[in-house]
Amino acid sequence: MGVEGIGARVTRKEDKRFLTGKGRYTDDMTVPGMKYAYFVRSPYGHAKIRNIDATAAKAMPGVIDVLDGKQLQADGIGNLICGWMIHSKDGTPMKMGAWHPLAVDTVRYVGDAIAIVVADSSGEARDAAEAVVIDYEQLPTVVEAVAALAPGAPQIHPEAPGNLIFDWQIGESDAVDKAIAAAAHVTEIEILNNRLSPNPMEPRATLGIYDTAEDHYTCYTTSQNPHVARLVMSAFYNVAPENKLRVIAPDVGGGFGSKIYIYPEEIICLWASKKTGVPVKWTSDRTEAFLTDAHGRDHVSKVKMAFDANNRITALKVDTIANLGAYMSLFSSAVPTYLYATLLSGQYAIPAIHANVRTVYTNTVPVDAYRGAGRPEATYLLERTMETAARELGVSPAELRRTNFIRTFPYQTPVIMNYDAGDYEASLNAAMQAADWNGFAARRTQSEAKGKKRGIGMSCYIEACGIAPSAAVGSLGAGVGLWESAEVRVNAVGTIEVLTGSHSHGQGHETTFAQLVAGRLGVPIESINIVHGDTDKVQMGMGTYGSRSGAVGMSAVVKALDKVEAKAKKIAAHLMEASEEDIVIENGELKVAGTDKSVPWFQVALASYTAHNLPSGMEPGLKETAFYDPSNFTFPAGCYIAEVEIDPDTGETDIVQFVAADDFGNIINPMIVEGQVHGGIAQGVGQALLENVQYDANGQLLTASYMDYAMPRADDLPSFTLSHQNTPCPSNPLGIKGCGEAGAIGSPPALINAITDAIGHNKLTMPATPMKVWQALQTAH
Amino acid sequence: MYATSYHRASSVEDAVRLKSANEEGKYLSGGMTLISTMKQRLAAPSDLIDLRHIPTLRGISIDGRKVTIGAATPHADVAASRELAAICPAICKLAGHIGDPHVRHMGTIGGSIANNDPAADYPAGLLGLGATIVTDRRSLSADDFFTGLFETALEEGEMVTSVTFEAPEKAGYAKFNNPASRFAMTGVFAAKTAGGIRVAVTGAGASGVFRHPGFEQALASNWSADALSNVAVDASNLMADMHANAEYRANLVKVMAKRAVASAG
Ligand SMILES: Cc1cc2nc3c(=O)[nH]c(=O)nc-3n(C[C@H](O)[C@H](O)[C@H](O)COP(=O)(O)OP(=O)(O)OC[C@H]3O[C@@H](n4cnc5c(N)ncnc54)[C@H](O)[C@@H]3O)c2cc1C
Repeated sequence: MGVEGIGARVTRKEDKRFLTGKGRYTDDMTVPGMKYAYFVRSPYGHAKIRNIDATAAKAMPGVIDVLDGKQLQADGIGNLICGWMIHSKDGTPMKMGAWHPLAVDTVRYVGDAIAIVVADSSGEARDAAEAVVIDYEQLPTVVEAVAALAPGAPQIHPEAPGNLIFDWQIGESDAVDKAIAAAAHVTEIEILNNRLSPNPMEPRATLGIYDTAEDHYTCYTTSQNPHVARLVMSAFYNVAPENKLRVIAPDVGGGFGSKIYIYPEEIICLWASKKTGVPVKWTSDRTEAFLTDAHGRDHVSKVKMAFDANNRITALKVDTIANLGAYMSLFSSAVPTYLYATLLSGQYAIPAIHANVRTVYTNTVPVDAYRGAGRPEATYLLERTMETAARELGVSPAELRRTNFIRTFPYQTPVIMNYDAGDYEASLNAAMQAADWNGFAARRTQSEAKGKKRGIGMSCYIEACGIAPSAAVGSLGAGVGLWESAEVRVNAVGTIEVLTGSHSHGQGHETTFAQLVAGRLGVPIESINIVHGDTDKVQMGMGTYGSRSGAVGMSAVVKALDKVEAKAKKIAAHLMEASEEDIVIENGELKVAGTDKSVPWFQVALASYTAHNLPSGMEPGLKETAFYDPSNFTFPAGCYIAEVEIDPDTGETDIVQFVAADDFGNIINPMIVEGQVHGGIAQGVGQALLENVQYDANGQLLTASYMDYAMPRADDLPSFTLSHQNTPCPSNPLGIKGCGEAGAIGSPPALINAITDAIGHNKLTMPATPMKVWQALQTAH
Repeated sequence: MYATSYHRASSVEDAVRLKSANEEGKYLSGGMTLISTMKQRLAAPSDLIDLRHIPTLRGISIDGRKVTIGAATPHADVAASRELAAICPAICKLAGHIGDPHVRHMGTIGGSIANNDPAADYPAGLLGLGATIVTDRRSLSADDFFTGLFETALEEGEMVTSVTFEAPEKAGYAKFNNPASRFAMTGVFAAKTAGGIRVAVTGAGASGVFRHPGFEQALASNWSADALSNVAVDASNLMADMHANAEYRANLVKVMAKRAVASAG
């Protein structure tokens, strides 16, 4: 480990530009002749569009055009797709309703786009949008998943009778039922996973530019995966062939999953640019973000967990209903299935697992992956169930977990996953020690003396990152491969550009990827640039989500570096008349091992480009590309402990300590990893205590601003106590597992376990607001 | 935001004249409510008459125990005033817990009370202190000024110029934040004034800020938090929304009232 290599706390290279306001985001992009878009959106949760009259709007000052869904359809622009095919247990494919980028005859949620207004200024576009007269016929609405499945519920898509998209299962139902029947104890619990709004700091934006001379489109967009955006927009939406479409995702201010998907606005602005002949920019405001960014979670589940007389789990049965909103977003079908039910074994050896998942249309914004995507749902369900079981069985929560931990690896779960490495007890022990678990009783007594209620709770999570391998996910229904690519370009003077298909929108890739190269070649980190986010610069890539950039993206860089290094060694050996096998790379030099002979790195680079003296038959240049397809998921795991103090007068919860013990495998930059964990826990605290998307019965979003949607703030959070355990991941060259989502996955159950411990019973749903906790305390009395 | 015309008033008279010349115009003070409402296109004043540059409207003056706060005085100035803290720390504390630093440096006492948001803090403070609201044309007691949800006794074109009150013998303010907006989900201001005990509640009333006679009577005979323990809070006149139902607010009213008394200085 060097000062700038793997394991070093290198400060972030990108921060200078972010902290000095010099970041370049999509909304900062300006091109000559650019005009502004505003979308006319449905004010109703469900309605037929009888007529759209844009005559008055088109005559307003500054208006260039008003375009609607019929025109879009006439131009052959396709419907939005869901990229992961799920089959119901009866073998039928999922029932996907049509999602027109601009609604054609029906609107299905408040915020559904109907028309685009292009004008000289955003104010004029908005003025004109208000002048578009739409004749609606209101239809009945349903916003809750359980209600949407009830007989007689409003029918949202003709393609999905009864609003059921699919009824899917995994695992052995018979074996599970037998084990439950024979169990010494069965814990039953109903679990609600609340609905969340992703709230990246930068709202979505897009700039569509059509070049008539070249018949070429450029799309600036707030995307986590620009190449996938280009692929989908050309292959499915018929916007333009790939060679005529450049997608650029410049600096992006957070995504948390919500910027994975290709939204209507990107497609429409590109199309509108061609229609109007001007570049068209759209920037979402915050209320539009609440209304139209894909939400996260929203599950209702029934759980049964069976135990034998020795408190060993014998079976787990789960029945989940997941709300997918009004349309199927890009990966919506994968989140409550393969990203969720496959994690239901948790850290435990459970011989039989069965999960049934029904997904449902409602008159709400589409629901898709949000930080953790499926794994927080699985972890919350499992860890709430474990805690409840421990209380029912009268054993300590730690003991029940120890009894059931998986201890030998690899371990094949009954739900597809094959865990490759882990030491769950190490994290449990570290967390309990850091939290002074044994001193809790004394602390509780102190709190009681002050009239406060104190509780402690733990959560042992496992998650799966770097979703892979491509052939396997393909067989499960994925529409794309899940590899990553990298190109390492050594310039003639020895400086290096690394082009990656990963995309950084807060993760710090410009630093961590550079650390990998600096450590490997011994060159200064300033001489390395990381290039990402532009389909014209970077070869194909799959983007960043699911904590995959380290495990998959960096592994691709390693493969490309291997090739660069091999070629550089050949050149060095030739220059020094030594044997290739004897060349070592150290501190920016290529040396002949055991001698004082060396050539500096830049000289080898220069030699490769002058090509005056290369080994015979060698091509000039020093630039290599690699594609890396992982052989397995990675499995970060850990133990989180929350301790809370509750004011019984108001129901207010104070998090008095929060301990996270994580096994992320090898760590590139501990400072960045800690930042990821902090941010993840903050989002978990948000879900557990504060955040809740609420629609009224008519489909109006009640929480459409920060006046009503409670985001975690600094003073809602304690200082976190972190530690890392390490069982390196055996399936990738760096031994990395991923750390981007763990905090959001592991923390909600720890918090709710702590609060229910304090209040003395289990009747509490997220978010545990002061009112809900106070009410729970009244029922306890 | 819809198009609007901006005017910078130089004096109270100038402001009142500009307002009467522009019927659809509005006074602009800190803009913390008005500008964001305009950005959301929920308000469309033809003209904005900016009061912040009228020198006489800004500042705190203290004469013995008589306090006068100019209408355009930002919350941060009230929060930071040492002279005021020496005789009425509760009002400084109240101001110091409004919103965040940006809001406290822009938002003003005049704007806050003219707006009379049912979850705002100042209405409880001024009603609790028995303050007088001075306008360009008359003086009104706080009891007469606050008339309902976002409603005041201000007439068309009438402008708040200052508020005045006698520093109380003792006063305390306790606020329970709405978890999202951090406005008061319930705030209680309790004061022992020359005119008697006054307890005002904000954030909770179905028709805005109100006095609680039950608390006032109990405290008149025994100024202590314990004296409130057996006083009933009627939930039927309280606000219910997605953040808190009336029953929970009734509980908060009691708890905050006790804390206000316990913290009174
Ligand atoms: C993020 C945020 C958080 C906030 N949190 C809190 C909180 O916790 N507690 C709280 O109490 N408040 C809170 N506020 C409100 C804030 O404190 C301001 O007091 C409030 O916005 C109004 O004051 P202003 O000076 O900004 O008035 P403006 O927005 O300028 O005006 C408000 C209204 O009053 C009228 N008006 C203004 N001055 C006068 C006058 N002198 N005479 C007659 N009419 C007048 C205007 O025409 C307008 O109708 C918050 C605001 C924001 C944006």
